Amino acid sequence: MSHLSLTGADRDAMLAAVGVATVDELFRDIPDGVRFRRDLALEPALAEQEIVAHLTELAKRNVDTGKELSFLGAGIYDHYVPAVVDAVLSRGEFLTAYTPYQPEMSQGVLQAIFEFQTVICELTGMDVSNASGYDGTTVAADACFVAKHVTGRDKVVLCETLSPQVRQVVKTYAPGFGLDVVEVAHRGGVTDPDELRSVSAEAACVIFQQPSFFGCLEPARDLAAAAADAGALPIAHVDPVSLGVLEAPGAYGCALAVGEGQGAGNYISYGGPHYGFLAARSDYVRRMPGRIVGETTDLNGDRGYVLTLQTREQHIRREKATSNITTNQTLLALAGLVHLSWLGPQGLRELGETCMSLGEYAKERLGLPLVFPEQATFKEFAVRVGRSAKDVVRDARELGVHPGYALGRDYAGLDDALLVAVTEKRTPADIDRLAEVLAEVAG
Amino acid sequence: MKLIFEKSKPGRRAGSLPTYDLPKADVPEGLARRHAPRLPEISEPELVRHFTALADRNFGVDTGFYPLGSCTMKHNPRVNERVVNLPGFRDLHPLQEEEASQGALELMWRLQEILAEVCGLHAVSLQPAAGSQGELTGLMLMRAYFADRGEAEQRRVVITADTAHGTNPASVAMAGFELQKVETDERGNLDLDDLRAKVDGRTAGLMLTNPSTLGLFDEHIEEVSEIFHDAGALLYYDGANLNAVCGISRPGDMGFDIVHINLHKTFSQPHGGGGPGGGPIAVREILEPFLPVPAVVREGDAFRLDYDRPQTIGKVRGFCGPFGVFVRSYAFIRAYGPALREMSEAAVLNANYLLARLRDVYDLPYDRLCMHEFVLSARNLKRDHGINALDVAKRLMDHGFHPPTIYFPLVVPEALMIEPTETEAKETLDEFVDAMRAIAEEAASDPQALKDAPQSRPVRRLDEVKAAKRAIVKYGFEEHPDQEPDRPEGGAVEAQKSA
Repeated sequence: MSHLSLTGADRDAMLAAVGVATVDELFRDIPDGVRFRRDLALEPALAEQEIVAHLTELAKRNVDTGKELSFLGAGIYDHYVPAVVDAVLSRGEFLTAYTPYQPEMSQGVLQAIFEFQTVICELTGMDVSNASGYDGTTVAADACFVAKHVTGRDKVVLCETLSPQVRQVVKTYAPGFGLDVVEVAHRGGVTDPDELRSVSAEAACVIFQQPSFFGCLEPARDLAAAAADAGALPIAHVDPVSLGVLEAPGAYGCALAVGEGQGAGNYISYGGPHYGFLAARSDYVRRMPGRIVGETTDLNGDRGYVLTLQTREQHIRREKATSNITTNQTLLALAGLVHLSWLGPQGLRELGETCMSLGEYAKERLGLPLVFPEQATFKEFAVRVGRSAKDVVRDARELGVHPGYALGRDYAGLDDALLVAVTEKRTPADIDRLAEVLAEVAG
Repeated sequence: MKLIFEKSKPGRRAGSLPTYDLPKADVPEGLARRHAPRLPEISEPELVRHFTALADRNFGVDTGFYPLGSCTMKHNPRVNERVVNLPGFRDLHPLQEEEASQGALELMWRLQEILAEVCGLHAVSLQPAAGSQGELTGLMLMRAYFADRGEAEQRRVVITADTAHGTNPASVAMAGFELQKVETDERGNLDLDDLRAKVDGRTAGLMLTNPSTLGLFDEHIEEVSEIFHDAGALLYYDGANLNAVCGISRPGDMGFDIVHINLHKTFSQPHGGGGPGGGPIAVREILEPFLPVPAVVREGDAFRLDYDRPQTIGKVRGFCGPFGVFVRSYAFIRAYGPALREMSEAAVLNANYLLARLRDVYDLPYDRLCMHEFVLSARNLKRDHGINALDVAKRLMDHGFHPPTIYFPLVVPEALMIEPTETEAKETLDEFVDAMRAIAEEAASDPQALKDAPQSRPVRRLDEVKAAKRAIVKYGFEEHPDQEPDRPEGGAVEAQKSA
């Protein structure tokens, strides 16, 4: 086995040093009744080139975005990942390091996380960010846990325009947290602030998504105010790619901001691994879940970075911790930092503007009725396709185009609605092709 | 070293975007960004140098020996990085239709089958994102199982060992259970008398790492399992130490009903400086109906996602979990095949060899053969020379090694928890032994050298108390406190609110 480094002679010398005759003897503390005495029923070992061949064969049976023109989004977006991201992530010092428990060995990753936290705070207008969460779903559940402890209330309000995946995960976590989940229906693709205000009485927090799952721009300032009026913490679930053109949650009154980071720096990769982020106002820093890196000095007075505020964490506080998280998504967050640094403020704004322009072009070219014609959108929009959107997807794929996500899967009454995502990777010519195909297959 | 923000200069940028000749779309009044985020403004050459310099200030298992106990820092085969970047995996959308994702679904199904065989259990969900999320998911399954039996109100207590990882009690609390702790006996096994006294009709289950965080296999695991099952409770296996027993002893055969597997430990997903990981769970048949959705199932020659699981706990993460991690772990296991046992054998041999060569210079709290890791104590050095585990750890850095885990498990004072893994060569182990012995000698001859360590890293010892007190958790731009020495400490986060 090429992963192992011991020779037969090494093994003999080592067994002698231990004082046993065989490797089997090393396991003598394992009771006989639980020793496994046959070979594992696994397929035969493969040589490296056979592994590549086997996995290439499996990969070929997937239809990726290089094989099919795709307008799928619905939470995971096919943005361009710059080459510098791959270059940085391939460095073994980042790739093969553990969590930075020993700061003198880990200044590189600690400083990178500190920079990541700064970038997230800048994007969201918050005071403090953690080092990342698992993805955009679990950070929403984490935020509910923060809100419960801050407010002492045990109800959370989720807008129906929040991603179905996010809502499902919050609902799965809620019973353990002792939280009830209430959902607020959308009105024409967005949330009504007055309705939200009345539902939010006695709620710990409200989570809305900007832009919404439908791509619509929520009246974010009014929603945050409505939540705050009811004494609930307003929490925005945001797309980092939008934050060059859309207002920062901190600027419209949110207490926390969370989101899925994938669009900044991560390949779509069948849904993961990606990173979530969670940022908050300084008032909530001691309730934050997850790792946080802070600045300090060394013996010589030189600047350095360490994991800090660790009295929140499981390895110190155990059952009183703010979360059980230990492994997070540092490498993916590093990818986000590199991508956002590559873009810079001007590039991020241009990226957002390009997505919006392409979206408007697509609405016009498709010529299909918009499901929510009153609403402005970012990167994604819903159209009526005149018959089952599921069937339209199937027929469009026959013509080599994946036209988007069939909304009927998650929303009653929207069986004929298709959610179309347009990133900067889709050219006007690609959109023309989509229009052509939909003209053929839509009802 | 400068922060990337300190290298920033207005007007510089690295990235270029395509320009399409389209009219600009306006963001409605009140929703548009008013102040641009202060992202770095930096050219690509400067960007690459910045991150290269950061990489140079970091230490990975590629750099050198990394015997961080309970973290299983083994070599990460590079072929895994090649296959995870195949476009068919990397550029596949998670909402792509099932018939157009057959390769991904088959890979997940195959990995599930492998993990079920390794664990000796019936069904697997790959969805949890990390070990701690696997724990939480497992506890949710326990609750769902007892709710289904009408025992949810009654079975409120989950028992953990005093040697448990901090995640175990934290997960118990997050899942809404009450925590009870059980003691370890003088051989490092669970104290059976203590256990018998605590397990009753209120017990939902046990969470246990086996081998434990002491690196010791519980010699009474069969009795432990009987105690819980006789009381109608379940057993949860924290798979952090699975690297010791693949093909040697299976958690399902030990009596565990739920297992999480750390793909970033045992199955070589690189840990990335803190993640990503993967925390699949394997369960006995009685718990399968409660697993997260979607389940990846095989029907004839086709694979599909099954959402029709009426008793499911729901979803714990988006989509199907961290797919790229599955690709790497599957590739890793296929390189071994049935010889996976040799991985655990080499890991255990390496650990026992280190133990044999270090036991006369450091205290050994439990005198047994170890499994894949072992725990020494520096209390002899502390008693004789005032040198503690932290000093030993910092001095190891000057010898070019990453330190072991220290001050854990909590039951051992001045603990040094050492896990070499299977991939290390004997020469490396010998060099590490030499360093550890030299440090023990230096503790007597020149203790100040240990207190002053490390000397060879980019920074000296860092002041963690100051970091927590100041709580500077982002760059302060023009308001950075180091540029305003008069600013009172303690309110840094608040002070930067307007930054």
